[in-house]
Amino acid sequence: MIDLIASLTPDAIVRHAPVLIVALPLILAPIAAIIPSGRAAWSISLIAALFVGWMALILFGQVAEHGVIEYAMGGWQAPLGIVYRVDALNLQVLALIGTIGLLCVFYALPTVSDEIDGKQQPLFYSAFLICFAGLLGVTITGDAFNVFVFVEISSLATYALIAMGAGKDRRALTASYNYLVLGTIGATFFVIGVGFLYMATGTLNMADMASILAENGHNRVTQAAFAFIVVGLGLKAAMFPLHVWLPNAYATAPSFVTAFLASTATKVAFYALIRFIYGVYHPEGAGFVMMAFTWVFAVVGVIGMLFASLQAVFQTDPRRLLAYSSVAQVGYMMLGLGLGNVAGLAAALLHLVNHAIMKGTLFMALGAFGLKFGIRRISDLNGLGRTMPAAAIAFTVAGISLVGVPLTIGFTSKWYLILAVLERGWWWAVAAVIISSLLALAYIARMLAAIWMEEAPKRDGKPVQSTRAPWMVLAPMSLLAFANVYFFFNADPLVSLAQRAAAAVMVGH
Amino acid sequence: MYSPEVSLALALAIPAFGGALVALLGSRPNVREAVTLIAGVLLVFNVAHLVEIAHSNPTLTLATLAPGLELTFKLEPLGALFAAVASGLWVVNSLYSIGYMRGNKEKNQTRFYVSFCIAIMSAMGVALSGNLLTLFVFYEVLTLSTFPLVTHKGDAKAKRGGRIYLTILLGTSIGLLLPAVIATHFLAGSTDFVAGGLLALNDVTPAIAGVLLVMFAFGIGKAALMPIHPWLPNAMVAPTPVSAFLHAVAVVKAGVFSILKVGTYIFGPAMIAAVPTSEPLAWIAGISIVLASVIALTKDNLKERLAFSTISQLSYVTLAVMLGSPLALLGGALQIVMHAWGKITLFMSAGAIYTATKFTNVSQMRGLGHHMPWLFIAYTLGALSIIGLPPLGGAWPKLFLIQGAWDAGHGILIIALIASSLLNVAYLLPLPIKGFFEPAETVALKKPAPMMVILPPVITAAGVLILFFLIGPLRDYLMPVFELTPSAGVSL
Repeated sequence: MIDLIASLTPDAIVRHAPVLIVALPLILAPIAAIIPSGRAAWSISLIAALFVGWMALILFGQVAEHGVIEYAMGGWQAPLGIVYRVDALNLQVLALIGTIGLLCVFYALPTVSDEIDGKQQPLFYSAFLICFAGLLGVTITGDAFNVFVFVEISSLATYALIAMGAGKDRRALTASYNYLVLGTIGATFFVIGVGFLYMATGTLNMADMASILAENGHNRVTQAAFAFIVVGLGLKAAMFPLHVWLPNAYATAPSFVTAFLASTATKVAFYALIRFIYGVYHPEGAGFVMMAFTWVFAVVGVIGMLFASLQAVFQTDPRRLLAYSSVAQVGYMMLGLGLGNVAGLAAALLHLVNHAIMKGTLFMALGAFGLKFGIRRISDLNGLGRTMPAAAIAFTVAGISLVGVPLTIGFTSKWYLILAVLERGWWWAVAAVIISSLLALAYIARMLAAIWMEEAPKRDGKPVQSTRAPWMVLAPMSLLAFANVYFFFNADPLVSLAQRAAAAVMVGH
Repeated sequence: MYSPEVSLALALAIPAFGGALVALLGSRPNVREAVTLIAGVLLVFNVAHLVEIAHSNPTLTLATLAPGLELTFKLEPLGALFAAVASGLWVVNSLYSIGYMRGNKEKNQTRFYVSFCIAIMSAMGVALSGNLLTLFVFYEVLTLSTFPLVTHKGDAKAKRGGRIYLTILLGTSIGLLLPAVIATHFLAGSTDFVAGGLLALNDVTPAIAGVLLVMFAFGIGKAALMPIHPWLPNAMVAPTPVSAFLHAVAVVKAGVFSILKVGTYIFGPAMIAAVPTSEPLAWIAGISIVLASVIALTKDNLKERLAFSTISQLSYVTLAVMLGSPLALLGGALQIVMHAWGKITLFMSAGAIYTATKFTNVSQMRGLGHHMPWLFIAYTLGALSIIGLPPLGGAWPKLFLIQGAWDAGHGILIIALIASSLLNVAYLLPLPIKGFFEPAETVALKKPAPMMVILPPVITAAGVLILFFLIGPLRDYLMPVFELTPSAGVSL
């Protein structure tokens, strides 16, 4: 399939695929903004998403063939110019953003026209395209300062996207403002860290930084840089306890934005963190990185997964509940990273993809409910199993996947994570993962009980007849729900992708 | 064409297919019920074939999830026997369900029969699983597919029972069983069921194996070892065919079967005898046996009484595993078979009484035996078998267990077994005594019970009697599993 697409693609496009995948959405964004009709702006987003998916497939084929591909911007070779670099690690993330982006764009049309004022829609799609391009840019670039630029591009667009939820829920404005303040602090920390690294190494190219650091060793400056970068990107990734911006933002943003961000934005930040840790620092050679693995990632990650799961149990708004659950799931990834072994990193990367699939489904289903009924409390979900069966089934599948019940990818995630933890011999962390899963069972069961075991919602005293979300909502949602089951029975593609990515970055040392 | 592998696949495909057809034929009840019965009969024939070829251990890999992670079926005698019991009783139970559900005009019957099909499919999956991963997957599907059955009535009480059912079973399986399975995979490199015991072959230290044994014993919540038992009495809100299914055919049986399989193929009797936690667990099982019987005495509601009886009777199997003696394990395996036939008789009798009279309490049933003599005779035979009196099937497992306990040096636990049998007499026999020896005039039937609810318990009661005489072949069939020689154990 990939070969066929690659052979049909003009050579020039194939050669420039690494830059086109970022540039095209960025170029289309202002065009979408000046178009008067929301529908036309949506079509432009669709074109961008299709193009990104196409480019991602081509990159997939090229990485499979050549291993690592490097693209020097404007012909300026590293370390002078900016280099885009695709390897096994970010290929996985690129594919994830491309797929989720495409599915979400389909999902966008009905939900956005329901939630966003007609005049604002072109601007909305424009902001989405900028965010999309920014996330892709963070993922693909091999230049430390360029990471900062794209982080800011995507973040600024995200603030606008979240604030657009104000049409339905005025709290979106404060949530967005909150995120803006914290997100800017995070970005500042990050750029300070990058600046320190530049001071210490005299280069901004990540591979170059790595070789210079390996030669010169570490000093206070690079250690401080590490701390700044971890805090800065950790805030973007919603690592506990830097997560406070996330629950309100997810709960009030338009449902399309929540679905998209929940499955991409925090994942990209987490990827960038992994890239800096393994692509610039040498964990084995640097005692402070190993210390951070154990104390910052593993221990704080474990505390985060327990604490956030517990908070999720006591939430009343389904979207806030799932947002806290996201924070807890970041804890799993932090734990996997903190193990410091290949199996752990592979488990973290696997969960990164799997969690994107689960949360994407869950938020899409919540959005589908939201199209027909206002969903503010768990009791608003009552009886939707009978009223909106398709969305309810998708929600259920992804929900039990989140708990880690077999026949779903959540089980696969947990299997590999616990195996990796056992390899490290951390029994306490196994216990924490299990307790957190049980808490997940508790909060998911509350919503499923409302959906399936309560009476159907009533309007004017009569139970509401069964109703259906538009197919453009149902199709991407069902596809993601199906992926939850399919990748259990055929876990190999995702597992080997994650294992190859983990091996690729770890073997480099 | 009809190779062992195909036969293995058919054991799951027949009920799955049947379920799909039942769902499609929901609007035509007679055809729908015919499909259930035909699927049941086909399954029985298929499983009969599996029982024949079990000693050759055919293997079928359903799916390779990732390298080293496979959903695999591997036939062996224990699993074949459990599959035979479950499939055989499914037919009888379906026959009975039809009478009961129509007799009581229950709603949502299509959902009911579909859930049954999926549940029996997962029971087959548990029975034939070739590694712990497969067992775990089908164990969970069994939990989820029986949930709609437990909450069938849909009222507040049913929802509450269903919630407890799901919380305890999912909670224990994810909280204890899953980490135990993953730890086994970590320690041994696979989760395959291996003769002699996977962990024993991989030289796992007794201390770690001891921790795992505790996690398995309580993680397999379906075995209802105290204090993981409350889901079972709470699930009694379900219609009686479901209770019969939970207790005798699939769910609790799948639980104790899993414990038996883990004990035999993951630990191996020798290792169980060596680990430090097996003795405390044996005591917990012993306490469950006596305590549940005592609680059963206090219940007037017949179904609740039978629920606690099940907790008691199936802790025999857990006890058998924890003794670490091959002979006791044989007794445990036989207990699964014998108890199934006895207990399903009792449940179907309770349901038949309910269908005819709407009585649920033992104290209401005075003199009823005169109106329903066949049913009460069937009940009495089932009860006597559970008590363990010859010439009924239930006598054998107790005999093997007592000898196994003695061999393993746990003479004191024999007292628990004997005390339990005496308590069984005290809580099971009052019903036929009241039924037959009180005058008939104290009650009047509203309507005669339909044939469909009387016949099945009579059939199973006859089965209990026949099983007593089949012990020779059964014992010979199971002996290779536990590496027993014909000279060992009870001479027949």
